[in-house]
Amino acid sequence: MAWTRFFRRNRRDDEAAREIASYIAIETDDNIARGLSPQAAHDAAVRKFGNATKVREEIYWMNTVRPVDTIWQDLKYAARLLKRDKGFAAAAILSLALGIGANTAIFQLLDAVRLRTLPVTDPQELAVIHFPRGSKLSGRFSSRMPFMTSAQVDELRKQRLDDVFSGLFAWSSLQLNTATGGEVRNADTLWVSGETFDVLGVRPAIGRLITPGDDRPGCGSPPAVLSYAYWQRAFGGSPSALGQTVRLDGTQFDIVGVAAPGFFGVDVGRQFDVAIPLCADALLPSSRGRIESRGNFWLAVVGRLRPGQTVSSATDRLIAVSPAIMAATVPDGYTSEGQKQYKDNKLNARAASSGLSDLREQFAQPLFVLLAATGLVLLIACANLANLLLARATARQREIAIRLAIGASRLRIVGQLLIESVLLAVVGTVLGMVVARALTTILMAQLAAGMGSLFLDLSWNMTVFAFTAAVAGAACLLFGLAPAMQATALAPVLALKAGGRGISEARGRFGLRKALVVAQVALSLVLLIGALLFGQTLYNVLSIDAGFDQQVIQVELSHPSLQPEDPVQLQIVREDLRQRIAAAPGIADAVLVNNAPLTGNWRNEYVFAEGKPDKALANFSTVGPNYFEALGVPIVKGRPFSAADTLNAAPVAVVNETFAKKFFPDREVVGNQIWIEVAEGTPVTKIEVVGISRDTKYGDIREDFDPVVHLPMAQNSDGRLVRILVKPRGRMDGVMATITREVGRANPAISIEMRVIGQSVRDGLVRERLMAALSAAFGALAGLLAAIGIYGVMSYTVTRRANEIGIRLAMGASRSGVLRLVIVEAVWLVGIGLVIGAALGLGAANAARSLLFGLQPTDPVTIGAAIALLATIGFVASYLPARRASRVDPMNVLRQE
Amino acid sequence: MLQGALDMLILRSLVIGPAHGHTIAHAIEHGSDRVLQVEHGSLYPALHRLEDRELVASFWGTSENNRKAKYYRLTPSGRKMLAAETSRWEQLVRAIGQVMATD
Repeated sequence: MAWTRFFRRNRRDDEAAREIASYIAIETDDNIARGLSPQAAHDAAVRKFGNATKVREEIYWMNTVRPVDTIWQDLKYAARLLKRDKGFAAAAILSLALGIGANTAIFQLLDAVRLRTLPVTDPQELAVIHFPRGSKLSGRFSSRMPFMTSAQVDELRKQRLDDVFSGLFAWSSLQLNTATGGEVRNADTLWVSGETFDVLGVRPAIGRLITPGDDRPGCGSPPAVLSYAYWQRAFGGSPSALGQTVRLDGTQFDIVGVAAPGFFGVDVGRQFDVAIPLCADALLPSSRGRIESRGNFWLAVVGRLRPGQTVSSATDRLIAVSPAIMAATVPDGYTSEGQKQYKDNKLNARAASSGLSDLREQFAQPLFVLLAATGLVLLIACANLANLLLARATARQREIAIRLAIGASRLRIVGQLLIESVLLAVVGTVLGMVVARALTTILMAQLAAGMGSLFLDLSWNMTVFAFTAAVAGAACLLFGLAPAMQATALAPVLALKAGGRGISEARGRFGLRKALVVAQVALSLVLLIGALLFGQTLYNVLSIDAGFDQQVIQVELSHPSLQPEDPVQLQIVREDLRQRIAAAPGIADAVLVNNAPLTGNWRNEYVFAEGKPDKALANFSTVGPNYFEALGVPIVKGRPFSAADTLNAAPVAVVNETFAKKFFPDREVVGNQIWIEVAEGTPVTKIEVVGISRDTKYGDIREDFDPVVHLPMAQNSDGRLVRILVKPRGRMDGVMATITREVGRANPAISIEMRVIGQSVRDGLVRERLMAALSAAFGALAGLLAAIGIYGVMSYTVTRRANEIGIRLAMGASRSGVLRLVIVEAVWLVGIGLVIGAALGLGAANAARSLLFGLQPTDPVTIGAAIALLATIGFVASYLPARRASRVDPMNVLRQE
Repeated sequence: MLQGALDMLILRSLVIGPAHGHTIAHAIEHGSDRVLQVEHGSLYPALHRLEDRELVASFWGTSENNRKAKYYRLTPSGRKMLAAETSRWEQLVRAIGQVMATD
């Protein structure tokens, strides 16, 4: 009932007005009948009625829900005020939108990457079983994460761990080619053990999922399960997909089902297109023999903890059973020392409710740093807004004083001022969500370029929304409450005094504004320092000289015809392809390699050198004879490979400068011998070093130069892919098409995968690029906001001290003296802010030191530059009001007294 | 003026038939020989309250001298309320009178 009345209240009010008018009219008539003049009659009637406004008000308040009505009125009033002051409103809303939007965008990414739990049943029960950091394992690895071998997983299953885990599964991921020749078309494949979907509690959308019965040794006719997204994309979501086949790496798989929507696997940041059982590794032509190989760490293992078990109790059990597992799974070819080291490794458990993630390893810390930065930006924006609102509140001082004097409660007025802030915050937030969406899209595109493929669930959810609302609310309170409280704190008497100087003299309130500016300057300096440090880092990283020409294309070719058993045949086949490509137009040279630098493929071994008792690790690269010339790597001593280094000739190697320094520090290198460590009983092959090459980067461009041994292709052939580095003659365009054409002429069924090394490297620097770009943007924004803040406060100072300045000028002070006066005050404010900011900035830089490259967090040049930059901004921002002060006409000012 | 009493007086003045605010105001004033000087304006919030409690119902009509006016009439529940209030008031008056008469 109350609400119906509420919505009709205006109509009721009209009716009441009419009723009152009707009374007045009737009484007036009566009075006229008693003999009064019309005017007197009317006046008497009005008097008789009493206070018409009060009556109307009373009736109005009976019809309405008081708090709602109050707020609604305040909102309308606030909106009107803001419309009048469009400049202020625009500036305020814009800075809020940018601050809130940036925070929301970064938080959204952080939430998707780190915080959100997996969309499976009871993710909090999942635990990763792994070798912790620092474990001594060597062999082939699929990624940075500490996986296990098939043999180890089998042994693990044999241990009686049913009381700890209700289920265990293993998985791996890899891209497989779905095309049948020509350029590769990859599908993200998830390899799963039979119980995976069961343990995770994933349901099929249609058909069935992979079961333990599908994951048998030998595999039979293996099934494939599509992801929901891939099913929509490649099969249009049609149920006829069941029963069709999908071709992976040349092998047919029957599609038996589609996973429920939303399930993307266990690796946050990746999604899968097709899931196949682990046993399928034996069937693929390019099978790397991962199941049989005891040195191939390709499986990630996850277990579901039973109720009552914790990660630490699981770890204890795993440590206890580790010796048995390791002893039973020692890979072949280890020395006795290597075997001992292997057996000492222990398995641990770690919580996996939010999945495993390569993405998270790389980006969690940068994202946190960015979140802190956006938080600072928001704080600075709020400080600005608070200052602006303080200024407005001061301007309305009279109005507020009058209201207080005639009986308004302080609470009511504070409420009204707060509503204004709330209105600004709401509009700013709505706009901020738009900004957030745009920013997220840009960030995702940047990340995706660097990570290969990227998939994150970035839909709005309650967490993100709650975060945004909390941020907006906090901002609102921050910048709205203080001005509101301050504005109503003054006794009305002081405010209403003629001349109004009472307010402006109140030191306390101006202290708040000054403090805000100091805070702004300090926080802006922190952001500027960050921006310059990350910018310098990016520059350093981009300027790293890799030691070779990165503008070459790595071409990977695969096909059964390229893997003949006979090594002589193998050489011929490869050389044929190489020559075809090298002879094509637009191509300067082509080089066969086993692993190209900076492409994520590596091989390392323990090496002994003649005259050096201790062995040490060195990286290995098997390359064709024209390698050094093609990549522009100079030979500083000795000779490169030549046609004489054939399969039957003496084994030779070319080492790099770092190797030479490390293994032959005080001896002649060229002519000496090195050999690779092998298991006891295996014959050692001694290799003669024939040349030293200039250092080149091997694995990651950010790492220092490693010792590298180059071996000639003719004497070492392994690997199942043919890799050729192609150097274009002149421009890069069209070269890839040329390569595809030439390979197609040899055999159109060969799969081709190509990428430019320089581009890959640049893409891989996405973390540095992201930090540099974003921190620069935030730094610039902060600087701008600080400038506005300083300008605003100095402007106000000048206005406030206009009288004083006028008097000084009238008494003979020079204009430049006045200028100096104002500037000095600004210098104080900015100076204190810079000192505080420098201290904070150094602390922050130290915390983020792992994200820097090539410079210390306390780099004096960078910090000095940031301070100088902000000091300049501060100076310029205060110069304009100062100049205005010096132009004050004393007569004008004094007359106003 | 006790608000409860005012409500009762208004209801009483409507017993004879529907009337508009002006009439009710004068009825109370004259009916009490000018002892009860009610500020005429304060009648209207009271009428409004009574209408919200559905003790009276209103309609717009024309007054004696051809002015549009809002008329009020008693509803059945208004009548019941008046009876209850009247007996309560009489009880009260009797009680006070008893106390005042003791000596």
